[in-house]
Amino acid sequence: MTIRIFVPRDSTAIALGADDVSSAIAAEASRRQLDVQIVRNGTRGLLWLEPLVEVETAEGRVGYGEVEVDDVTALFEAGFHLGPCTHSASIGLVEEFPYLKKQERLTFARSGITDPVSLPDYEAHGGYQGLRRALTLEGAAIVDILIESGLRGRGGAAFPTGIKWKTVLNAAAQQKYVVCNADEGDSGTFADRVIMEGDPFVLIEGMTIAAIAVGASKGYIYVRSEYPHAIATLKQAIASAYEHGYLGSNVLGSGKHFDLEVFKGAGAYICGEETALLESLEGKRGVVRAKPPLPAIEGLFGKPSVINNVLSLASVPVILAKGASFYKDFGMGRSRGTLPIQLAGNIKHGGLIETAFGITLREVLYDFGGGSASGRPIKAVQVGGPLGSYLPESEWDTPLDYEAFSALWAVLGHGGIVVHDDTADMAKLARYAMEFCAIESCGKCTPCRIGSTRGVEVIDKIIENKDRPQQIVLLRDLCDVMFNGSLCAMGGMTPYPVLSALKHFPQDFGQRPGDERPV
Amino acid sequence: MKQDAVPGIDASDKVKSILTSCGTDQADLLPALHAIQDAIGFIPTENVADIARVFNLSRAEVHGVVSFYHYFRVTPPAKHLIQICRAESCLSMGAEGLLAHAKKILGCDLHGQDKAGNFSLEPVYCLGQCATSPAIMIDDKLHAKLTPARFDKLIAKVRSEP
Repeated sequence: MTIRIFVPRDSTAIALGADDVSSAIAAEASRRQLDVQIVRNGTRGLLWLEPLVEVETAEGRVGYGEVEVDDVTALFEAGFHLGPCTHSASIGLVEEFPYLKKQERLTFARSGITDPVSLPDYEAHGGYQGLRRALTLEGAAIVDILIESGLRGRGGAAFPTGIKWKTVLNAAAQQKYVVCNADEGDSGTFADRVIMEGDPFVLIEGMTIAAIAVGASKGYIYVRSEYPHAIATLKQAIASAYEHGYLGSNVLGSGKHFDLEVFKGAGAYICGEETALLESLEGKRGVVRAKPPLPAIEGLFGKPSVINNVLSLASVPVILAKGASFYKDFGMGRSRGTLPIQLAGNIKHGGLIETAFGITLREVLYDFGGGSASGRPIKAVQVGGPLGSYLPESEWDTPLDYEAFSALWAVLGHGGIVVHDDTADMAKLARYAMEFCAIESCGKCTPCRIGSTRGVEVIDKIIENKDRPQQIVLLRDLCDVMFNGSLCAMGGMTPYPVLSALKHFPQDFGQRPGDERPV
Repeated sequence: MKQDAVPGIDASDKVKSILTSCGTDQADLLPALHAIQDAIGFIPTENVADIARVFNLSRAEVHGVVSFYHYFRVTPPAKHLIQICRAESCLSMGAEGLLAHAKKILGCDLHGQDKAGNFSLEPVYCLGQCATSPAIMIDDKLHAKLTPARFDKLIAKVRSEP
C-alpha cells in the first residue's frame, strides 16, 4: 500500500529546509524500497513547527514538527511511516493538536490539508461549490448574500465588501474589472501569502464569483515581488483552472467570461493602498489618487472596479456555499465571521489562528502564543501592521473586534500581531515608524512626504535629549498634521505607532510616567 | 541575482530583444522592466530612451517609474543578492544585530557590495516570514529563524558554490 507523507511547500517551511527534507525522505524511502508518495501540501499555519511533516495513518494524519534532514533516518527507524510512533518530534494527530483544534477554520479550511495546485483535491474538499451556486443567481442576489453575511474588508480598512460590490454592480460600463490586492507589505502579516501558496483556488473562485456578481470579465492579482513562491503557485493554479473550464470565455459552461492574470509588483509598500495599486497596474509610479472618484466608479483604466484584499475574496466561496447566516453566526457586534489572526515577532508559537472575532489579545498571546520567544516579559504588541498602535499590557484584555480597537485609538486592521519583549526601545520603534514612512511615501502629499522626515529628526532630538519638552510638543503637532492632512493611510496612520508608543511608554522617551498627555 | 553570461550576446542586445517581444501599452511597462532585470540583473540607464520609444512615453516617465520602485536597480548587482528584512517583526527578533553582523562580515553598508563583488546587501521590508523571524533572502532562496552563526554558514556555502 502506498504511504502518503506530506511535506509543506509553503515558503516558511521551505525557508526552514522543507525542500531538503522532502528530498531526504524520498531518498530514504527509495533506499528502503518503500512505496512512498510525497505530497507537497500548504501549511497548517503552525509555522513555528515548520517543516511539519505529516504521515497518513489509519487513525488520521500524524505530525512531526521542526523536522531536519538529519532526523529523517531516525524517523524511518522509529517506524513513522507505519503509524503513530514515539519519535520526539511527534505532535500526535494533527487535527487534535490544541493550537489547531481551538480554531474555527472557514477561509483556511483546506490550507495544509490539500495539495494546493491539485484541482481534484480542491473539489474533493468542498471547492467550487460557491461558484456553482453563484452561477444559479443574479448578480444582485449574490451581492445581497455578501451584504447579509456582514463580511468587511480583511485588508485592514474593514469596509463592507458587499456594499463595494453593489456600487460596481450598479455602475454602467462596457468593461469592469476585479482586482485582488495581494501586496501584503505589512510586517506581521502572512495570511494572504498562506492562502496564495496553500489554497490558491479559493482566491481564484472568490474572484470569479466577484466577476459574475458585478459583471466584470477581467481580473488581476497584484502580488508583491517579495513573494516569488506565491506568484509561482498562483500561476500554476490559474493555468489549471483555465484547463478545466473554471476560467476563460465560458466559465463552467455558463457563457460567462472571466480572464485572470497575476501581476508582479516591484517593491513599493505604498502599492498596498488601493489607488496606488491601480496606478501601478496601469504601468505608472505607484502614486496615490485623490478620492472621490471611488475605484468602484472609476477604478482600473478609469472603469468600475472591485478591489479587495486576498482574504476578503477568499472568504466569499464559503459564504456562497454555506450561506450568509452560517458565516454571520461567527463573531461579535459588527465584526462578523472569522478573523485570520497572524501571530508574529517575539512569540514562542507564531502562526496563523483563524477564529471568530471576540477572542482577547491576551488569549492570543498566551493561550495560543505561549508567551515570548525569548522567555522575557512581553512589553508591547503592535496590532494591524506598521501603521497600527502599540498596545501595553493594560489593553490586552480587549476583544479582537474592529470597534473595540477603534475605541482605544488603535486598529485591528488585518489582524497581524507583532510582539516585542521588554528589551524593545519604544522610542526607537517610533523613530522607525517615521523612517519607514519617509522611505515608502509616494510623495504626493506634503504631510506624509516631508512630515515623516521631520518626524525622524524630532524623535532623534528627543532621544538625544535636545530641548526634549519642546520637541515632544512639536512631535504631537506634527502627528496632528499628518493624521488630519495626509491623502491616505500611509501618512495619516503613521501617528498611531508613534503616539501610542509615546503615550504608553513615556519612559523610553526620557519622560516620567504622568508627563504624558492623553493622545 | 546570479547571472549567466552568454558569450557573444551583450546586455544591450538582450534588452532590445525583450523590447521587440513585449507589449507596447503602458500597462506592459512593469512586466517589461521585470523581464529586463530578470535577464541582466538591472535596468541600464542607457536603455531608458529605447524603453521610452517602445511605450511611446517620455524618458522622464520611464525614469520616474524605474526610480519609484525599490525592486528595480540601475546598477549591476554583485554575483549574489542578500536581502535582510528590517521590518518590525524581524526587529523584535534581533534583525538589527543580524544586519550589523552582515555589514561587518561583508565589509559594506546597505545598498553596497563587498570588495570581491560577490554580495550585494539590500534591506527589504517584510518577506512574509514573520512567525519565524528574522528572515533573509539570498538570491531566490529564503531563510528564516536566522542567527549570525547561520548567516556565516550560508555565506560560506554560497561562496563555495561554483
